[in-house]
Amino acid sequence: MITLEHVSKVFTSGGQTVRAVDDVSLEVGAGELVVLIGPSGSGKTTTMRMINRLETPTGGRIIVDGRDVLTLDVVELRRRLGYVIQQGGLFPHFTVADNVAVVPRLLGWPRRKRRERAEELLALVGLPPERFADRFPRQLSGGQQQRVGVARALAADPPIILMDEPFGAVDPITRKQLQRELRRIQATVRKTIVFVTHDIAEAFLLGDRIVLMSEGRVVQDGTPADLLRHPADPFVTAFIGEDRGMRALHYTSLAELAAPAGEDAPSDGLALPGTMTVLEATRELGLRGATAGDGIWVTGDAGERIGHLPFHRLAAVLGETLAPEQSGPDPSASPEGEPSDGLPA
Amino acid sequence: MDYLREHPDRVWELTRQHVELVAVTMFFAILIGVPLGIVITRLRWLEGPVIGTTGALYTVPSLALFAMMIPYTGLGRRTVVIALTLYSLLAIIRNTVAGIDGLPAATLDAARGMGMTGTQRLVMVELPLALPVIMAGVRLSVVAAIGIATIAALMGVGGLGRLIFDGISRLDSDRIIAGALAASVLALGADWSLALLGDLLRKDTRASRGWR
Repeated sequence: MITLEHVSKVFTSGGQTVRAVDDVSLEVGAGELVVLIGPSGSGKTTTMRMINRLETPTGGRIIVDGRDVLTLDVVELRRRLGYVIQQGGLFPHFTVADNVAVVPRLLGWPRRKRRERAEELLALVGLPPERFADRFPRQLSGGQQQRVGVARALAADPPIILMDEPFGAVDPITRKQLQRELRRIQATVRKTIVFVTHDIAEAFLLGDRIVLMSEGRVVQDGTPADLLRHPADPFVTAFIGEDRGMRALHYTSLAELAAPAGEDAPSDGLALPGTMTVLEATRELGLRGATAGDGIWVTGDAGERIGHLPFHRLAAVLGETLAPEQSGPDPSASPEGEPSDGLPA
Repeated sequence: MDYLREHPDRVWELTRQHVELVAVTMFFAILIGVPLGIVITRLRWLEGPVIGTTGALYTVPSLALFAMMIPYTGLGRRTVVIALTLYSLLAIIRNTVAGIDGLPAATLDAARGMGMTGTQRLVMVELPLALPVIMAGVRLSVVAAIGIATIAALMGVGGLGRLIFDGISRLDSDRIIAGALAASVLALGADWSLALLGDLLRKDTRASRGWR
């Protein structure tokens, strides 16, 4: 559990002051994966680095598990927070197993236990220990190094993990794979994760919540669906980019669209669970071909009918969401940098 | 070459003295230079004064330095060791600083973020990774010290310089060649063995030392 209260960071260099982070407040609940996203220079990395005190805030408070981080011993604090960075930041002169077991070693675990833990984690991140444990980082591909980086962050089983663009330096295919792996791992370990990225697709794929930052401030803080459906301002819309409609459909469930069945609703028709997204439903319709009735019956957890979604309404939703917006955002408000396509610069 | 063939024992003895002189020098130079280099990476303002001073010392001709020191430290071994140490400091300090400065930022960031203390970072990460660069400085210093130490023969401390100076005073080029050749071979040999040692100390290669 992490709380930031009106946190600011002002850098001073050569008489010039830069407000890297400007009055940021946010909360990360236990077991939640919160993505900090924004163009370069938006303060997202600085915000994260203040949590483990790699940067010191110039204003506000950061509270981790009920205690102000500035009152904690910095070394102890960092050992309690897992940390993953771009390109792994692995120690080239340590074997893979030694790299994974760095924090346990700092904590004074006996050698045997460290080794066991390293092997267990290597297996978890998909690197068979018998093949990888005794190699050196330079003998690994970028994606494999990144996996080691994730294993290392998990080593001492910290409740909180900070990830600073962890998949930023690997090729798009490997990145997709690593993202899926992270989701799988997160489903098992349920850590509180703060994840910094500039890749909007990554943010939507991984985030339970997305915090969009610009010029040191939080522009919007919400679930992926919130950002898509209720963008706070044109900057958010522009940052999310052209795929917004498609993404929105991915985050819209049938239950949200279904209306209580009217008198005229036919009693037959395809029944689909309310948890299904609009995109999945359209694919389902395509697969089934012709169906009876003029709409979809939406069902609840127990299979009971909770509402009806006529095809014309579904078509309207698709059209509205996917068609270019009439009163679209000011194109000049696009974020600097082109971070949204998921490809490395 | 005749001298070498006729007096191998003598040449061997002088070589031994030479090696000993340089070894003692390097012991002190490393003992002072590496920590000083580390301190500079922590206290940046020291870099100018320290590098400036050792750099200036490096430009003083060795004979002049010996002569200037005689009133204070006498004629003999002590003066030679101090002077050679001063000459050796520059390369060692500079390479220690360069070695640590040159480490990838991500690695150091990771070390800090993992919760290593300053000392742990130094011992577990910075020094081992900077070692090849530090070793390069040591090699440079050793080769230079072996050369300068021939002049130290004038201070009555023995070494291969004796052969050269004897040869000059007796107009015996054979001795000069023997001394110079032995000193060169010694320098090359030292450089080569230190390079080998450096490779053995590197840990980021396949030569795994197993679980530590």
